[in-house]
Amino acid sequence: MSVQPFLIAAAGLFSIGIYGILVRRNVVMVLLSIELILNAVNINFVVFNAMLGDALLQGQIFTIFIITIAAAEVGIGLAIVLMLFRNRKTANIDEFDLLKW
Amino acid sequence: MVNINSISFLAEGKATYTDGGAVAEYTWLIVVLPFLAALLITFFGKFLPLKGAEIALATIGFIFTFSSYLLYLNITEGVASEFFINVGSIGSFDLEFGWVVDGLSIMMYFVVGTVASLVFIYATNYMQGEVRYTFFFTSLTLFAGSMLVLVSSPTLLQLLIGWELVGVCSYLLIGHYWEKKENSSAAMKAFITNKIADVGLMIGIIVLALSTGTMRISEILYQSTHDYQSLKSVAYLAGVLLFIGAMGKSAQFPLHVWLPDAMAGPTPVSALMHAATMVTAGVYLLARMFPFYQGMASQALDVVLLFGVITLFAAGLIAIVQDDLKKVLAYSTVSQLGYMVAAIGSGAYTAALFHLWTHAFFKALLFLGAGSVIHAVHSNSMKEMGGLRKEMPRTYTTFILGTIALAGLPPLAGFFSKDEILASLNHGGYSAYFAIAVAGAFITAFYMTRAVVLTFFGDYRGNGHPHESDSMMTTPLIVLAGFAITAGWVNIPGIYTGFTDWVTTRKNPIVEYHPESFDYFALSSGLLAGLAGIGLAYYVYQVLGKPEDGDEKIKVEPVWNILENKYYLDDFYFKYIINPTKSTLSNIVDRFNTNILDRAVNMFGTAATFLGNIVYEKFDQGGIDKALNVSSSSTDALGARVKLLQTGKAQQYIMYFLSGVIVISLLILLVL
Repeated sequence: MSVQPFLIAAAGLFSIGIYGILVRRNVVMVLLSIELILNAVNINFVVFNAMLGDALLQGQIFTIFIITIAAAEVGIGLAIVLMLFRNRKTANIDEFDLLKW
Repeated sequence: MVNINSISFLAEGKATYTDGGAVAEYTWLIVVLPFLAALLITFFGKFLPLKGAEIALATIGFIFTFSSYLLYLNITEGVASEFFINVGSIGSFDLEFGWVVDGLSIMMYFVVGTVASLVFIYATNYMQGEVRYTFFFTSLTLFAGSMLVLVSSPTLLQLLIGWELVGVCSYLLIGHYWEKKENSSAAMKAFITNKIADVGLMIGIIVLALSTGTMRISEILYQSTHDYQSLKSVAYLAGVLLFIGAMGKSAQFPLHVWLPDAMAGPTPVSALMHAATMVTAGVYLLARMFPFYQGMASQALDVVLLFGVITLFAAGLIAIVQDDLKKVLAYSTVSQLGYMVAAIGSGAYTAALFHLWTHAFFKALLFLGAGSVIHAVHSNSMKEMGGLRKEMPRTYTTFILGTIALAGLPPLAGFFSKDEILASLNHGGYSAYFAIAVAGAFITAFYMTRAVVLTFFGDYRGNGHPHESDSMMTTPLIVLAGFAITAGWVNIPGIYTGFTDWVTTRKNPIVEYHPESFDYFALSSGLLAGLAGIGLAYYVYQVLGKPEDGDEKIKVEPVWNILENKYYLDDFYFKYIINPTKSTLSNIVDRFNTNILDRAVNMFGTAATFLGNIVYEKFDQGGIDKALNVSSSSTDALGARVKLLQTGKAQQYIMYFLSGVIVISLLILLVL
């Protein structure tokens, strides 16, 4: 079985994620896009693990780590978004320029 | 590398002596300790309960104890040794310091130790509440230490160092109350007069060192008794030059002028200076170099004798007309130093030192007694004293004892020592000098009796109510009175002549005349002169007139004027030396200063200002400052532009980041 379709799918997923981050105005959607990127990486890990036939399954274990971290990240991210929304009454990412000079 | 070695010559004079063992080896302690103590007092004195006096007392107590033990050793077995520390060599010249432990220096250690201890104790009370109390004790300790450096020196160089240190300390102490112009002038006068004499000493030392090739005194003395021609050719010159040095410190006519003025210092200083430390230095030098004078420079001894006799007579006469109690004693000291110097001049080594020894005790006593009186009546003038016999019985009794000792009545100390000098003069066949010395004894007795009558007899003429001083002051008086009585008993011709053995215990043998028994002609003339002096003065001041009248009865105006003006010696110095120096030399120097030095300095100043302006404008303002300003303002401008990139919009940042990634990826792809 060729790994190519999987890699193409992962690359597609990654590109969609990047596009989402850059283009979407809603913060929740940006967070979702980050999840997409992470999942693209996950697919790559699993595929390469299967291809290389690693007995220790390092790729898959790493994937589980990433999923865990992604869950935590989404938790924190959504909490921040929630606080921002409460204070600013908006989820538009362009409104959040507190770090501007 | 420190190298201690001791030399021993065979004694030719005294039969036996030892090298003194460990005690002699550690004699450097008493020389070094005062200097350490002075440092300690300077830094910690003010924080101590007695303001530093306790350190001084402890040090001087140690010196007293140590020197007493040395004296005991010298009496029992005789000590003569010297120690050298080679500090460094320049070619054939060895820079050496060290210490001498022999009869002569031990006698001096003991005199310094004893008199200084008593003076220090006295001073703790006398100086109570005075300005610079702690500094006073620093200087006093240094003064004693300097004298110990001087008398312990086995080399001429160290002797010179001690000599100058003594001069500096005397300057500090005489000028203790420097706020008053006359006191600081007195200090200056003492220092400059001594300095003039020191030039003689310095040249003398250089002459001796060059002609003998060594700084070691024992070597020089050895050469002078063994007919070294190079030394012989300059002996007279060197002898006179050394004596000029001694004239300064030991206040010989006509360089004695500083000593009476030195009374400006506090009385304990006067006592220490006149008894133990400063003025004995000259006599000590002559005594230390005595074998040299005797062996090669006997002509120089004639000069020494002449000046000694002039001094003892001339200074004694001035003492008669003084109003200031301390000045009477000061001129008396000059006169007694004249006796010592005359004794050396007549070849009577022991007699001179014996008089130094007894004089140290009774003159210290007299000065401290005078201090006690002055402390009570707050005046130096005898016109404001009188009648103190009843108010100050202890001071009176001890002062009387000192007076009798100085006047030379048996069995007190001065009798024996003065008699030995008179006997030596008589033995040497100097009949004219002998007559003058006897007249000097008469004068001594006269002025001392005058001082006693004017101070203690009659009615009190001063202000306030004088009362006896504290026991801290009278105890030293009583102890010194004991010495004034007994100090002469150590050298009674025909009975016990221990003192002669003490001071002749030296590596370089002393050859001199020792009276086997009393010279009854000298004895009776000296004694009669003394009694006549006392009697006449008592008759004139107490019987003929009253003490209140002062000098009315014997005032012979022209003579009195000459004496009151001190033979116009000070006027002479001012008119022919000091003022011409001031008016001509100072003018030239002033002109040189204004026209050449100042101008040069001004030119330098102007040039420096000019240069400074250029540097400031062109280099500092135009260069460094500008560079700094430009760099800061350009950074500012750059910052203003660059900060626009920071929009705070996360998506833009990611945009930049991604563009960067893409560019770098492309570059990698293209290059690889």
